Amino acid sequence: MYRYDKYDQAMVDARVADFRDQTRRRIAGLMTDDQFKPLRLKNGLYLQLHAYMLRVAIPYGTLNSRQMRKLAHIARTYDRGYGHFTTRQNIQYNWIKLEQAPDILAELATVEMHAIQTSGESIRNVSADHYAGAAADEVIDPRPWAEMLRQMTTFMPEFSYLPRKFKICVIASDEDRAAMRWHDFGLRIVRNGAGEIGFEVYPGGGMGRTPFIAYKARDFLPANQIFSYLQAVLRVWNRHARRDNIHKQRMKILVHELGEEEFTRQVEETFQHVLTLGSDFPQAEYDRIADYFTPPPFETGLSEEIDRSDPDFAVWVDQQVAEHKAPGYAIANVSLKPVGGIAGDISAEQMEVVADLAERYSFDELRASHAQNLVLPHVRKQDLYAVWQALVDAGLANANLDLVTDIIACPGLDYCSLANARSIPVAQRIAERFEDEARQKDIGELKIKISGCINACGHHHAGHIGILGVDRKGTENYQLLLGGSGDENTTQAKITGPGFDEAGIVDAVERAVEHYRVIREPGERFLDTYRRVGMDGFKEAIYG
Amino acid sequence: MAESGNPTPQAASEANYLRFREDIPADEPAVSLDAFFEQPNAVSVRIEAGDDPERLIPHLARVRLVEVDFPKFRDGRGFSTARILREAGYTGEIKATGDVLVDLVYFMRRCGFDSFAPDVAIDRDVLEGALNRYPYVYQHAADDAVPIWQLRHPELANG
Amino acid sequence: MKIITGNDLRTGAVIWWTGQDWSVHVEDAADVGDHGEQILAVEDAACRVNGGYVIEAVKDADGGVRPAHIKDRVRALGPTVRPDLTLKPADPNAGNWVI
Repeated sequence: MYRYDKYDQAMVDARVADFRDQTRRRIAGLMTDDQFKPLRLKNGLYLQLHAYMLRVAIPYGTLNSRQMRKLAHIARTYDRGYGHFTTRQNIQYNWIKLEQAPDILAELATVEMHAIQTSGESIRNVSADHYAGAAADEVIDPRPWAEMLRQMTTFMPEFSYLPRKFKICVIASDEDRAAMRWHDFGLRIVRNGAGEIGFEVYPGGGMGRTPFIAYKARDFLPANQIFSYLQAVLRVWNRHARRDNIHKQRMKILVHELGEEEFTRQVEETFQHVLTLGSDFPQAEYDRIADYFTPPPFETGLSEEIDRSDPDFAVWVDQQVAEHKAPGYAIANVSLKPVGGIAGDISAEQMEVVADLAERYSFDELRASHAQNLVLPHVRKQDLYAVWQALVDAGLANANLDLVTDIIACPGLDYCSLANARSIPVAQRIAERFEDEARQKDIGELKIKISGCINACGHHHAGHIGILGVDRKGTENYQLLLGGSGDENTTQAKITGPGFDEAGIVDAVERAVEHYRVIREPGERFLDTYRRVGMDGFKEAIYG
Repeated sequence: MAESGNPTPQAASEANYLRFREDIPADEPAVSLDAFFEQPNAVSVRIEAGDDPERLIPHLARVRLVEVDFPKFRDGRGFSTARILREAGYTGEIKATGDVLVDLVYFMRRCGFDSFAPDVAIDRDVLEGALNRYPYVYQHAADDAVPIWQLRHPELANG
Repeated sequence: MKIITGNDLRTGAVIWWTGQDWSVHVEDAADVGDHGEQILAVEDAACRVNGGYVIEAVKDADGGVRPAHIKDRVRALGPTVRPDLTLKPADPNAGNWVI
C-alpha cells in the first residue's frame, strides 16, 4: 500500500497545525460557528446528537495493522472504546471533544492518516473495490489511480468551496463491487484495442433525496488525462450549480437539469481548455505510486486444500471466503454484523485482533468495504482455520456476507442530528427475525439497506430491500422499497406503498421475503425474482 | 459616509483592503459587467458571483481591475472566475470582495487573486500564519507554485 | 414549557439551560418562556453554548422534563441501542422514555 514521502507527511502535519489554529480561534470566540463549521467539516468533524463526531479517512478502504492499532488507541483514549465503519469505507468516532480534535489529528498523522475533506462541501474520500489487488477479474489494481486522485483532489484551491459534496469511485472490473454508478464521478478502468489503460467515465450519480444513477460520458478517456477531465467536470459544476437551495446543488441535479448531452458538451469544451494548462500528473508519478501496489510476495506451491472437518468452519468458509487471484490464497471477509449488534461498529479490542490477523496472515493489509464490513485480502488457504478461530473468539466470525442479516444501516436517530428515525433497532429486529442460519442460507443473497433519513447514508436506494425512516407526525415511520442495486446492473429501489411502524416494517420485510421464496425460480436471488416479476405480486403480499 | 457617521460597507471594505501587487491601483470604481460593455473607457469591472467571466475575455486588454464578489464565503464560484481570467492571460488586479474570510485567502491567492477587500477586517497575524502554513502544493493552479509531483520528478521540469 | 438546549463548545456534550447556567441533565432544564432567543444570544456570544436552540417540553409525571421531539429525548439520554453509554445505564426503562 502507499506510504507517505516527506511531502505527503508535511502536508498532513501542516493541516494539523492549520486546524489547531482554527480550533483555538473558535474556542476563543474569534470565529462564529457559521464561520468555523465549514473548516471543521473539512477536517471531518461534525456536531452530532451526543457530541462531536470525527470521520477519519481510510483512502480507498485500505489500511495496515499499525493504522488499525492507532484507530483502536484513539477509540480507547479519546472516545468510548469503539468506532464505526461507514458506507464510504471511512471510520467514525461518536464521542469526540472539540478541544481534543487537533491532538487526535496529530496522532493520526503519525501513522499517515487524516480526516481531510471527509465532510462538508468537499471532494470526499475516493472509494474503490475492496477486493482490489486480490480479485482475479480486475484489469489492473485500481488503487494507484485512487491514490493519484486522492493527491490530485487534496486542497484544490479552485474547488474547496463547492456547491455540495463530491464523491469519486474507481473500479477495474466488470463486476461492480463498489456501487460506482452511485457516485458523482465514477471511473471504470479499461483497456482499449491497443492495450492502453483508460477510463470509462460515469458522472452524475448520487443518492440522497433525489437519487440518480451516473451516465456514461466517455467510453475511453486516456488515463493520463484524468486530472484535466476531472477539473473540467468540477469547473462546469462549480460555475453552474445553484447556490440558493442546498437540496439542489449536487452535481447530479445539474446533469439532470442541463441534460446529459449538454453537460457532456460543456465538460468536453472545458476539458479541451484545461488540457492546455499542463496540470496532468506525469506517467513517472503514476509509476512511483503504482510501485507501492505491486502484489505482495505470494508464496508458490501452497496447498489449495481447506480442511472442512469442523462444520462451523466450513459454514464460514462457504460464506465469507472469496476467490483470490493467487493460487493457494483466499480473500477472507470479516463480518461486523453480529445479529443484535450494531452494523459497522467495532470495539477497540476487536480492532486489535483484526490488526494482529492482518499483520500475521494477510501481508499486513486490511480493507473496509462500503457494506460496513472488513476484509483480510491475502490469506493463505492453509491459514484460514487459524484466522477463523481468532475471529470466533473476537465475535467477528458471523458467516453472513451478503445474506439477509448482513444489513447496511446508517447510525440513524440514535446518533445523527440529521435523522428522522432510528435505523439500528430496525436492523437488529430484522436480523433477529431471520437469525436461523439454515433460513438465511435458503434465502440466499439479499442486501437490505436502511437509512434513518432522506440523505440516504444507509444507501436504501441501492438495497434489494431498502428501508427509509421518516418522521410521520412526530413518530418514527418506515417506508419499504424493493429492487435497488449497487452492482453493475445499477438500479434504484422503488417504494412499495404506505409506511410501517417499527414492528410493522419487520413483518413487511418478512412477507416480501416469503413471497420471493414462493415464486422464485431455481438459482434466482431475491433481486432476480423481483426484476423478473416486478412490484405487483410483492405489493399484494406485503399489504394483503 | 452615511448620515449616522458610520462608514458605509464599501468604505469599511476599503479600510480592510489588502493588496499583494506593487503597481499603482486603478483609481476608477468598478462598474458592473453590463455597464463595462457600454463604457468603452471603463477599466475597472465588477463580477458578481453569478456572472460569466468569459464575457470579459475579448476585452481583457483594457481591464486594469476585476472585482470578484463573494456574497457568502461558502459560494466558491469566484475561485473559478479568477482562474478563468488568469488562464485567458489577464495580468491585471483581481480583487476579492464581500464575505472574504482569512481561511480562504490562501486558496484565493493560488487562484490568481492579488487583492482583498473583505467586509470584515482580516487579522494580519492570523493571515500571515495561514499564508505560510502549507509548505507544498499537490497540484498546479493559477500561481507559480511547483506541485509536489514535480518536486518528486525534477527531471521533468522545463528548462 | 420552553427550554433551551445545545452542545458544549469544547466537549460537545449535550447541555440544557437551567436558568443560571448549563447542565447535562435534562431534568434541570428551566422554563424560559419567551426569553429563549435572548438568552441564547448571550450564551452563544460568550461561547458557553454551541448550536443552541429553543424547544417545547413538558413536565413529566415524576417532575422530570420531557422534550417534545424524540430527537431531543435521544440527546437527553444517549443512544437507545447502547444503554451502557447513556446517562442512565442502570435504568431499564430509559429507552422507553425516549420513544
